[in-house]
Amino acid sequence: MLSIEDFPEYQIPGAKQVRFNPYESNGGSVVAIAGDDYAIIAADTRLSSGYSIHTRHQDKSFKLSEKTVLASTGCWCDTLSLASLIKARMQMYEHLHNKKMSTTAVAQMLSILMYNRRFFPYYVSNVLAGIDENGEGVVYSYDPIGHCERKKYSAGGTAGPLLQPVLDSQVGLKNQVGVERSPIPMERAKAIIRDTLISAAERDIYTGDGVIFNIITKDGIKQERIDLRKD
Amino acid sequence: MFGGFDNSYSPMWHNGPKPGAFYNFPATSTSSPKDEKQRDSQPITTGSSVIAFKYDTGVVISADTLISYGKLLRYRNVDRVFKVNDHTIIGVGGEYADFQFIKKYIDQKVTEDYCYDDNLQLKPKSLFNWLTRVLYNKRCRFAPLWIDIVIGGLQDGVPFLGHVDHRGRAYEDAAIATGYGKHLALPLIREKIENQTETLNAERAVELSKSCMEVLFYRDCQSYPQYKIATCDGQGARVDGPINVAQNWEQALNV
Repeated sequence: MLSIEDFPEYQIPGAKQVRFNPYESNGGSVVAIAGDDYAIIAADTRLSSGYSIHTRHQDKSFKLSEKTVLASTGCWCDTLSLASLIKARMQMYEHLHNKKMSTTAVAQMLSILMYNRRFFPYYVSNVLAGIDENGEGVVYSYDPIGHCERKKYSAGGTAGPLLQPVLDSQVGLKNQVGVERSPIPMERAKAIIRDTLISAAERDIYTGDGVIFNIITKDGIKQERIDLRKD
Repeated sequence: MFGGFDNSYSPMWHNGPKPGAFYNFPATSTSSPKDEKQRDSQPITTGSSVIAFKYDTGVVISADTLISYGKLLRYRNVDRVFKVNDHTIIGVGGEYADFQFIKKYIDQKVTEDYCYDDNLQLKPKSLFNWLTRVLYNKRCRFAPLWIDIVIGGLQDGVPFLGHVDHRGRAYEDAAIATGYGKHLALPLIREKIENQTETLNAERAVELSKSCMEVLFYRDCQSYPQYKIATCDGQGARVDGPINVAQNWEQALNV
């Protein structure tokens, strides 16, 4: 059937055909810091689009194993699908190899699953945190088409660009001379995450309501919550 | 192909290619718009808001009985809340044809449960998750089922309430509203369930529903003064109505 695109000379400048947009930004921020023998990953609990808040209590972290937690923000429908796909693949791995998937293996798999949708990407900002095979805390961050990088700390989501420089300064101690570079204690990491997310809630309308921390150690995963501003 | 993001939200990534737009250099585009299936994706015959919330022992969902055709009040006596089985209820807004399409499959599931005769029935969480998958799958095919659906019920005796939209975006909450209900009714419901001085029982929940439907009728121009309320608790699921909004235009003098 002929449509207006077939007659470019009749097209009105400025008039645009509205097509279905499969994506939607549902907001949210994630911060993760890894220490020598632990990793902490925290995400806010606001799920919104535009100016409306859908829920104030959305846990954006997914416990993938006793050693790995994924926190994911962006297009929430993509997040849900991706998380359940990862869980299914991890179960398949366990049945096939008769062992749990390590954090590094999950990190690599996530990259592949993301790249698999290269031309219709999952519109999500992923941060994966956990304990690796050597018992060391790790953080992996991703871009929406599957680029993967191993780090010690990372921030993602709508306030990611706001938070990352703070982490570079406070955790990475970047461009500072004469500072003592010692392993970061867990309480300090927790305080930094708490402070950064409180600051993010001040400036980013898509971040707020609350924070859920996942503290990953060799003894398992512990969840903690704090409140953020709700406006 | 996916370069056409709208600007109504801030970009998640700056100074880089948009997702999926990496190889679309000028004049060497790998896909032209003509290759894509052209589908008109907008709802035509639509239902307006659905409001739903949990109370101490169950869940209540209510919606008016109107289906609009643009701004025309096209069908004025159509159900938008349903009992699925003894522990599941649903409420729907958005494109009604798309809902009727999906309702056929939900009914089929219920019939199947009945035929197996094993006392196992579709639970709200299962229906919620299934709808999530169906709607997400449809959005990935660029043929979304344009519905806003609220699923409520008792999941092993515990009240459950969830919402799925046409993209497959899903969440659970104690209070859910769609359409104008999100702006007008949700604050009223949240006030009652968050700052509770007295427990919200079934009777108070229905009262709250009724006052929300009244507010919606006054301010949403695509609403109707007739509605139905579905409740689900330990006594089973049922749909009450049609109920008429107790209109009081005296207060209009003060506005």
